Order: sequence, then structure tokens, then C-alpha cells
Amino acid sequence: MIRSTILVSGDPISLSRGAEETKLAIEAELSFYGLEDEVQVGYTGRVNRTDVLPVVVVYPEGTVYGPVTPRDGSEIVEEHLYKGRVVDHLTVAAEIAAAEIDTLGELSDTLYGQKRIVLRRAGLIDPYSIDDYIAEDGYFALATALTDMTPDDVLQTVKNSNLQGRGGAGFPTGLKWSFVAQQAEPTRYIVCNADESEPGTFKDRLIIEGDPHSVLEGMALSGYAVGAHEGWIYIRGEYVMARDILNRAIAQAEEMNLLGDGILGSDFSFHIHVHAGAGAYICGEETALLNSLEGQRGIPRIRPPYPTVSGFRGMPTVVNNVETLANVAPIVLNGADWFRAIGTNRSPGTKVYTMLGDVNITGLVETPMGTTLREIIDIYGGGVKDGKAFKAAQTGGSSGTIIPADLLDVPMDFASMQEKGAGLGSGALLVCDEDTDIVDLAYVLVRFFMTESCGKCTPCRVGNVQMLESLERLRKGMARRSDLERLEEIADFVQQSSFCGLGQAAPVPILTGLRYFRDEFEARLRA
Amino acid sequence: MKSLEELQKIKERALERRRLAGEGSRARVVVAMGTCGIAAGARDTMTAILGELEKRQIADVVVTQTGCVGLCEYEPIVQVQVGDQDMVTYGNIDTDRVSTLVEEHVVGGEPVEKWLVRK
Ligand SMILES: Cc1cc2nc3c(=O)[nH]c(=O)nc-3n(C[C@H](O)[C@H](O)[C@H](O)COP(=O)(O)O)c2cc1C
Repeated sequence: MIRSTILVSGDPISLSRGAEETKLAIEAELSFYGLEDEVQVGYTGRVNRTDVLPVVVVYPEGTVYGPVTPRDGSEIVEEHLYKGRVVDHLTVAAEIAAAEIDTLGELSDTLYGQKRIVLRRAGLIDPYSIDDYIAEDGYFALATALTDMTPDDVLQTVKNSNLQGRGGAGFPTGLKWSFVAQQAEPTRYIVCNADESEPGTFKDRLIIEGDPHSVLEGMALSGYAVGAHEGWIYIRGEYVMARDILNRAIAQAEEMNLLGDGILGSDFSFHIHVHAGAGAYICGEETALLNSLEGQRGIPRIRPPYPTVSGFRGMPTVVNNVETLANVAPIVLNGADWFRAIGTNRSPGTKVYTMLGDVNITGLVETPMGTTLREIIDIYGGGVKDGKAFKAAQTGGSSGTIIPADLLDVPMDFASMQEKGAGLGSGALLVCDEDTDIVDLAYVLVRFFMTESCGKCTPCRVGNVQMLESLERLRKGMARRSDLERLEEIADFVQQSSFCGLGQAAPVPILTGLRYFRDEFEARLRA
Repeated sequence: MKSLEELQKIKERALERRRLAGEGSRARVVVAMGTCGIAAGARDTMTAILGELEKRQIADVVVTQTGCVGLCEYEPIVQVQVGDQDMVTYGNIDTDRVSTLVEEHVVGGEPVEKWLVRK
């Protein structure tokens, strides 16, 4: 039974100041007191204060210590964990830091012990009431922009904030906008990607259902920045309630002149339309989405030209994810520096995750970039269900990477995950306990891709069928070693040669599954 | 251009409407009605709360809805605020818990500790 979690800051600065030795000292002291089964130790990657590093945080109390030498680490174990007394002299310097990393200190007794930017109003306001939104600073970013900022000011603010797209690829949002802004063609469009067809991902739906105006305001700001006057929300067909909420929100905003012609007495006009998809995974891919939005078959387009040059109806188009757009108003309101102070250097801000699978508390979590998977599972997810051991997690949805326990302490941001060959993707975190069969998991995922392949290119259309057949033989114990090699070869081929992201990502679960759990695949081979 | 001033006026009117709506009420009950809540039965919970208040002829309680608070596991989630006390959050409020919740917290002013969501 785990009763406490100790996290040591594992960022490069902390490591250069001996965080690893501190962690080892803590572990040694824990086993000296026989506490190793009750207290777990890991790294945290989200502490930005450099003067008090390395920092040690003890949960569930949320006590912050720093800077902590290996000797201090031993003392913390003896005093805090063994005798139950906070080591006052080690919290002094960290107190200022604790105020800054407020979310840590508050964790123990509040429901909202997270760093919330995107979800700061979700669960607090009535999504059907524009009054609620306005009362909580809603539309103030837009009004400020229209009053005091040029379109280029807004663009530069978003650029300087280093906001990266939250739809999966992490492309710099400001850069994308600047591509559109510099086109000669005057007609431009904003498209909000609310297709959210990645299994296991439901953050966009809950953002819309909880705080629809935050997305609308982000779109209007994006329109102002790039010179667009019309925007579309392409929303997954199954999201009936979210669509209804959006339509009502748009009507309310237009009635109050917060959207529509001459917004708030300015000469900026922006209209938003909602378009329901028909339930194809491929229509989340931006060029297939644009085809579908134009009334054509939802298959991907050749790129280049990218949508920023030739997008909706052949015009320069910004395509952004719901969560990306929901970050825009807070950035414009609070400034780029404010945003950059949250999260990691390379990926500022927060990430909204949907946690599901074998955890005690499934749901929606928003934490600063750089939070480790271990923190998310143990602190927000309440640990692995039924006290079982963690085996693997799939990060980023069905096309995401299957990662083993070794990667639990990687600070999760786009770049750090990529360095480890893993992905942040859409932010879905599927947690699998010790009983999960990785071959079965891969099988279910490939079946999904086979069904959802749009059929445009051969590698994806045929390759997914072949991969599924291989996995089927493996599950029936009929596959030989050569079949496994063939599976790997096909997976590699499909990844390298598919036309769009669907086919390129489809083999990822198999390839990462093989990388980390090869023995499980081999155990299924024909004797 | 006076967009900010425009919005400031709109905000004042919005705050005024919210104040009027809450004026003279003894409590606020907020049901989480995101799809996760509804899938877990939040609509029934909402109906039961309204029914319970009507049965007891309580008219000075504001019942509203909100989106997902993030703890889908504990849906249906209901938040209750009595007077100027802090808002508290309850989890798994199925219809059979509604009567006790209204009785003890909304009427009696004592939170039902065992149903509170704590992490
Ligand atoms: C098969 C496939 C499915 C995708 N599904 C989605 C989706 O549901 N939502 C989304 O925002 N992006 C999705 N994307 C990514 C989009 O193509 C695009 O990169 C994204 O909308 C850009 O927005 P961002 O820069 O704000 O992240 C998908 C990509 C692929 C290849």
C-alpha cells in the first residue's frame, strides 16, 4: 500500500546539482526504515525556480523542500516520512517557490489542485450562460486586442508565447498564423479542428461542453491576427451536445455583438459556423477535414501546398485544435511572458490529458508541461487500479506510443517525449496494469486503423490488413519467427511510405510494443 | 475605438443579472452536466433535486448546471454552496442520495462528509 510519494526535480539544472544523488540517498534511507513499499520515489520535471533546485516534494501533503542535498534527503525521510514531522529548516528557501508552484502545495485538499488555463472555468460556470463567461474575464482579451493592439501585436504575442499546437504534432501556433498573415490572398479562414476522433481522447469535447466561449474567443483573436473574417468549427458528428452548446454560445455572442459584424463597435467582423462531421477518423487530419468541410470525400490532400497557403476553398487557412485555441485568450490577456513561465522551456503552458484505463480516478487533468507520467497516474489518477502494478501506458491516443515503466519519469512535453521515441499526441493516457496483454492491445489498435484507413494509398489500405492478419496468427499461436519479422517489416514499410499521418502512425503501437515488450510477442510464437 | 468600455458595460450588466438571480437565495446547487455526467445519470439527479426542492416547497435555492470538472470517475457530481460558506463537491450523487443531500446540507447546513470528493 503506497501512502506517500516523494518527487525529486529531475530537470537538467537539478541533475547538474546532484538531484540523482539526492534521489538515491532518499531511496537508501527509505529502505533503511523499511518504508520502500509504502513510499515511492520519482522525478518531477515541472519546477522552474532555479535558485532552490533540486526541489523535493512530499505528497499527499504537498510539502516542498529545497534545495535538497543527499544528506538533507536522508533527513527528510527520517523526520518527515518516518517520524511524521515536517523538516522546517529545509522548507524555508522553498517557501517562495512553493507559492509559485502553487498547484503542488494545494494538491492535498482541493479538487482543483492542478494548473488550469484551458479548464480554468470548466466545472465552475454554466456553459449555456454567456454572462458567466463574461463575469470571469470572458471576451476581455478580444476587447483589449480590438482597443489597444494591432493584428500584428496579437500575432507577435502568440508567437512569443511559444504556444504549440495541442492537436498532436506540436507545431508552433504563432508561426502557423504568420504563414497565413503573409499571404497575398486577402480572403482567409480560421478552422477549429474539433473532430477529436482519436480513441481515448475526449478533452476537446469537455473543453467545449465546459467553456464554449473560450474557443470562440480564441478563434476571433486568431481571425483578427491573420486577417480572417470567417471561421468554421468542424466538430465530430457524435458530439451532439457540444454542438448544441456551441451553436447557442455563438448566438449569444452575436446578440451581444461579441461576434458578427463590427465587434464591440470596432471595424473588425468575425462570423463562426459549426459543421458536423460524419464520424470518420481520417477527417481529423487537417487536409481531409478541409475536403470534408467543402462537401467532398474526406481523404487527405497532397502537401504542399499546406492549408496555410491553400486551405479551405483554396484560401489561406489556419487549422487549429480546440485546446490550442482555448489557450489564445489567456495568452493575449496575460502576455507571452506569463505563459512562458508555465511548463518547460521548450514547451510552455499546460497540457490537458484524458486519463483512462486501469487507474482509480479516470477523467480530465490539466497540468503544466513537463509533469511526469508517474505524477499524473499517482497523484491525479489515484494510482493503478486495485493496487496492481503498472505495466505500460499508451500516450497520445491509438496512434500513440506504448511505453514501459522506464519512461514514467520523463518530463512530458513535446520535445522530451520525442527524444525518448515517445509522443504526447492528443494527450490521451491509456494506463495498462500488469494483466494487460500487449499483443492483444496491438491487435485491437490495428483493427481500428484497418477500419479507418481511407483507402487512398496502398501502404495504409493493404498494410493494415496484413498487419492485422499477422497479429491474428500470432494470437492463435500459428505464427513463426519469420512471420514476426515480416510483421515488423510491413509495419516499418507502412510507416515510411503512407500518404498521410494516419498510415504513418498506424504501425506505432506495434513498433513500440515490439521495442519494449518483444518477449510477449515471441512468447506467442509457434513452438 | 472603445471596445473595452463596451465590454465593461456588458460585464456590469451581466454581473447585475447574476446578482439578481442569486439574491435572497439560501443556497446554490450546481449539477455537472457534461456528457460524462449525463452518461452517469446527471439528468435524473437534476430532476430529483428539482423534485425534492419542490416537494419541500423550497423556492430560494438556485439550481444550475456546469460542465465537466475533470473527475469523470465520480459522476454524477454535484456542488453545493450554502450561504457564504465554501462550495463543496460531492461525487456519485445518484437519485437515491438526493433526498439526504437536500435534507442535511441544503436545509440543515451540514455537509454530508461521506460523499465529499477528496483527492
Ligand atoms: C489521422 C489523423 C487524425 C487527426 N485527428 C485530429 C483531431 O481529431 N483533432 C485535431 O485537432 N487534430 C487532429 N490531427 C492533426 C491535424 O492534422 C492538425 O495537425 C491539427 O488540427 C493542427 O492543429 P494544432 O496545430 O492546433 O495542433 C489528426 C491528424 C491525423 C494524421
